[in-house]
Amino acid sequence: MSNIESYEKRLKDFDWSIAEKELDYNKGDSINIGWYCSDRICKQGKADKKALIWEGLGGIEKTYTFNDVRLRSNTIASFLKNLGIKTEDRVCLFMDKIPELYMGFLGILKLGAIAQPLFSAFGDESLHVRLDNAQTTAIITQRKHVSKVRKILDQMPYLKHIIIVDYEGKNPLREREVAFNMDDAIQVENFEISQTKAESPSVLHYTSGTTGQPKGVKHVHYSLISQYLTTKWVLDLQDDDIYWCTADPGWVTGTSYGIIGPWSLGITQCVLDTGFSAESWYKFIQKRKITVWYSAPTAIRSLMKAGENIIKEHDLSSLRHLASVGEPLNAEAVIWSEKVFGKAFLDTYWQTETGSMMLTNYPGMKIKPGSMGKPFPGITASILDTKTFEPINEIGKPGLIGFKPGWPAMMRTYWRNEETYQKKFENGWYLPGDRAYIDNEGYYWFIGRDDDVINTGGHLVSPFEVESALLEHEAVAESAVVAKPDDVNMEVVKAFVTLKPGNEASDELELKIMNFIRKKLSPLAMPQEIEYMDTLPKTRSGKIMRRLLHAKEWGEEIGDISTLEDD
Amino acid sequence: MEDMKGIILEYVIEEYADDEDDEITFDTPLISGGIVDSFSMVSLKRFLETKYKISIPDDKATPEAFDTVNKIVVLVKEFL
Repeated sequence: MSNIESYEKRLKDFDWSIAEKELDYNKGDSINIGWYCSDRICKQGKADKKALIWEGLGGIEKTYTFNDVRLRSNTIASFLKNLGIKTEDRVCLFMDKIPELYMGFLGILKLGAIAQPLFSAFGDESLHVRLDNAQTTAIITQRKHVSKVRKILDQMPYLKHIIIVDYEGKNPLREREVAFNMDDAIQVENFEISQTKAESPSVLHYTSGTTGQPKGVKHVHYSLISQYLTTKWVLDLQDDDIYWCTADPGWVTGTSYGIIGPWSLGITQCVLDTGFSAESWYKFIQKRKITVWYSAPTAIRSLMKAGENIIKEHDLSSLRHLASVGEPLNAEAVIWSEKVFGKAFLDTYWQTETGSMMLTNYPGMKIKPGSMGKPFPGITASILDTKTFEPINEIGKPGLIGFKPGWPAMMRTYWRNEETYQKKFENGWYLPGDRAYIDNEGYYWFIGRDDDVINTGGHLVSPFEVESALLEHEAVAESAVVAKPDDVNMEVVKAFVTLKPGNEASDELELKIMNFIRKKLSPLAMPQEIEYMDTLPKTRSGKIMRRLLHAKEWGEEIGDISTLEDD
Repeated sequence: MEDMKGIILEYVIEEYADDEDDEITFDTPLISGGIVDSFSMVSLKRFLETKYKISIPDDKATPEAFDTVNKIVVLVKEFL
């Protein structure tokens, strides 16, 4: 029997207090995610249960029980406290998927500080804008990433501590750097956990928009309520499960469902910290006997490309439940997974700002391949008219997705950017920025974004950010960036550029520009293709018409071009 | 052949190695080892195509074929 039992029944008698009761939380109590994910599980008698089975490069393995997680998060919290980190200070986690990232996340929360996880592949500029916006006090990182921090250190007087978790003593530590070895440190048995309340800030995740700098999405400790219940009902995690969430905690899936959800339920989870290959992933599932697998459409499509023979070479019979997140899961991938694994990947729809799943497919509910599913109980969702923002009652008519605010994991604001936060609401609805329609059985179907943000492999990339970085290249005069369709990643970044006098278009220059962006921003933001142009299409007022370039890439109608400069 | 191996290895170290202390050899796993991610593979493919004036079809540019410098050399030779 699945945890949710019956979706229809849950809808009828739903109240978020179901999760509050299960977590022994009463309104006004203190609520600290760090405590819920470690100390509470130990108190329930699961101190010796495996919490994390980690595998890294070269077959290195590490295993931590819930008591280990409790002690290590205590130790990190204590170390940060001794450095002078205070309540609500921002502490950035800038690491690969190593155990220190997971324990560090809980340690920061136990201290009452705000965890700011950032994707470790970010280049120095991407890192700088995010640390600058958050005015981050400390960063926990690895030797391999510290050079990016050093490069921008002079511009960050607020960053007081750079904590290196794998310092080997080869080269001397530099200004503001301090070494911390989690496993070798004297473990702190008792740490006075911060008595954070429901609305105390917990996590700051950064996400990209069409314009402006990345936005810091502020979450609070009360988010636990919906993260706990969605994990239980949608991912269906049960006590003897071995769970694998493939997401990096640099992104919201990796914290909501790669740390908070499973550990608040006391579930054993596995982490594979190596690059992607079909062989290594299947081997991992076989070796670890993974039962519940939460992954992303890009990975699933890459596995499809690797073929079925490789699947037959592995014993994947432990798998009992599969789910997907990050971008719409195409019908072919759902059908394929049912055929080769005997289970369909259930698509889940949500975003950094929502903090937890919003529209999703459920164990036991009829699956319509390609559909986003139905609203989670307690979520009021609708399709809205694009002009009036009133709900559309007509079946199959496209509009904007809207959610009534008020679920526990909803973001509380954009960090130091309340104005942009307010713009996310219309007529009492929160707008995630996607278009969809509802069919005759109440299933939601994704149509596309309502803005120019590029969703590549489930990660949002701001065209503005890439365009700005391109202009910093010595050869680039003008730039425009759009999404280009891609079989595996759904979309990839494509750039159109004009060159400054004295520069000639060439393949070598294209490669140089690609690498320039990759290092400055991130591999995700690197244009997979650069097209040289003599001029970029502009409006009469001089604004580059991204819309026209986008239409060209997608083979769409160009629409009204009456305002084109050259028209 | 040796020259090609050396050139590719040097390029990989210069462009993709984060940790100066990590030793990258001709057999170091690049993709499955997390040194070159799937997005960055596109720039590595572009480097090979530009450097050796070849065109590698997308269906041949798999993570497995790009996983070590030795494997990359085999792939490049196929299209020379």
